[in-house]
Amino acid sequence: MGEVIVVTSGKGGVGKTTTVANVGTALAMRGKKVVLMDADIGLRNLDVVMGLENRIVYDLVDVVEGVCRLKQALIRDKRYEGLYLMPAAQTKDKNAVTPEQMQKLTNELKESFDYILVDCPAGIEQGFRNAIAGAEKAVVVTVPEVSAIRDADRIIGLLSAHGIAEPMLVVNRVRYDMVRRGDMINIEDTTDILGIELAGVVPDDEKIVISTNRGEPVVADPKSAAGKAYRDVAARLMGEDVPFAEKTESKGFVSKLKALFGRNG
Amino acid sequence: MGFLSGRKSRDVAKERLKFMLIHDRADISPRFLQMIQADLVKVISDYMVIDTAQMEVDLKRVSHSDGRIRSELTASIPILKVKNMGKNR
Repeated sequence: MGEVIVVTSGKGGVGKTTTVANVGTALAMRGKKVVLMDADIGLRNLDVVMGLENRIVYDLVDVVEGVCRLKQALIRDKRYEGLYLMPAAQTKDKNAVTPEQMQKLTNELKESFDYILVDCPAGIEQGFRNAIAGAEKAVVVTVPEVSAIRDADRIIGLLSAHGIAEPMLVVNRVRYDMVRRGDMINIEDTTDILGIELAGVVPDDEKIVISTNRGEPVVADPKSAAGKAYRDVAARLMGEDVPFAEKTESKGFVSKLKALFGRNG
Repeated sequence: MGFLSGRKSRDVAKERLKFMLIHDRADISPRFLQMIQADLVKVISDYMVIDTAQMEVDLKRVSHSDGRIRSELTASIPILKVKNMGKNR
């Protein structure tokens, strides 16, 4: 029986889709059977980030409306064994799917896959409620900025109100040079304020832009710092004990981080 | 203020966030203050009879003389009668 994990943030543009694409690919690279589900109906882009946009025939709404069977809408990623994409509809709106339909869909997928990662739309409206309907776990993505952390806090409260307690946190686009100067909210501050467990810290990495340009997940790049961070997130989701903090040049900061996360990691 | 005081922008951000979240979290659940009020009534009622209809519990921002703004929980609780217990003990 698989696990349904919704990836959400509240604020848009913090890296939800990139997180779903990379963590999902990393899980598949570890031999898991994975569905990446785009729940952002009307504004799909997980297909583009994955470079699978030309292979879409049917989508999530087609499955729900009975236009096609579930298997027909799943796009197999030929590059990674066990990795599939369930694309969102681009022409429908967020009310095309109900929470009950979403639950039914994820329940069905759980029978044949290890992980179903749901890419949640930004915001806290109906699209959010639909996306979380079938999920038992959540990953909250944020960036170290006041507005994004504030929205993440809101989302954590809403998740808990919907029965998804203890989501895990991914802090994206961390610039260690700015953290060292005291010009960026650091990881300790962020987890302290939000009060949830850390699933990963992803450094700001221009390779993300390049890999998105190409439609190739950055986890496949062994040299990318962000890729390594996403592989670590995947390992932690699998229940592995992966120590935090390697990607920084400052020794003081490394040891500080190690001291900080030693008890968790 | 950050520029003038020379404080690290990280610290300014952290302080602003903490402040915001106190209010956001209280707002998420409109029942938040009602829950506190109900618990206050429960505790205080052992000692005095209070006018629950006129009682007010509020979360507000208060400026202090040191120039800092803090969040404060205030409760205004009209007492109707003090129970005759604990006296002379």
